[in-house]
Amino acid sequence: MTGQSRWASLFAFANPARFMAFSGRILPWIAGAAALLFGVGLYLALFVVPPERQQGDTVRIMFLHVPAAWTAMMGYALMAFASLMGLVNRHPLADVAAREAAPLGALFTALALITGSLWGKPMWGTYWVWDARLTSFLLLLFLYLGYIALWNAIDDEVRAARAAAILALVGAVNLPIIKFSVEWWNTLHQGESIFRADGPTIAPIFLWPLGIMALAYTLLFFSLWIVRIRTAILRRTVRARLATAEMR
Amino acid sequence: MSAFFAMGGYAAYIWPAYGISLLGLAGAIALTMRAYGRAKALLADLEREGPA
Repeated sequence: MTGQSRWASLFAFANPARFMAFSGRILPWIAGAAALLFGVGLYLALFVVPPERQQGDTVRIMFLHVPAAWTAMMGYALMAFASLMGLVNRHPLADVAAREAAPLGALFTALALITGSLWGKPMWGTYWVWDARLTSFLLLLFLYLGYIALWNAIDDEVRAARAAAILALVGAVNLPIIKFSVEWWNTLHQGESIFRADGPTIAPIFLWPLGIMALAYTLLFFSLWIVRIRTAILRRTVRARLATAEMR
Repeated sequence: MSAFFAMGGYAAYIWPAYGISLLGLAGAIALTMRAYGRAKALLADLEREGPA
């Protein structure tokens, strides 16, 4: 083994090992905080928040719908960023991180679509409308599913990672489209009411539980993501061991 | 109590939203932990058989 390739294999091994050590330490705290925030957030959302003036009790769906949608978009941004790191730095852990984010992102996207649909029926009179916000968000689901399908379609892991990374990066264009769709096009979907230059337009009694639920969803995403990356690293270790056992 | 479950007449939309969300998230947690447990057990088996 030449000095350079020994260094390369050391580099490739050291980072997953470091990831296992670091993630093992922080995981209980993130998961514990997520559980606590879910408990508090659900209690506030169901028992403390009053019916809203116009929307009545359906406002309670907001505490599921908005956090799921935010987490779905954050997940895609993380997946695209990890994909970029995988493409540019050729770092195997980045490819694994991107791949393991996709099924979680798809789940949160589906939950945002379903809860949005269940909110739309009583408020707009329809479960679905092909407007810019809903259509671009449906496209987010298809991007996640296409990304997963691409990984599964290519056997060679390096080529699969590269192809999937390019899809993830191209699809990232959809994120600002989702975000600004309610400003650029006419839509039934309500406009931005939280991240506004002039401050949030919703009352604190709704804002606080929403923030708690959003943090709960975010931390749950990170917890599951970390465990999925750890699982992938363990599986790779298993494969490497089986391969060395076969060689003897 | 029944007023709580009635949700101001919107029970048919609110409870499915909560049910599906919790089912989806709990399912993801269960599947993720099962796969993690299996991978850990597999590696532990290999390590018992001796160093590679």
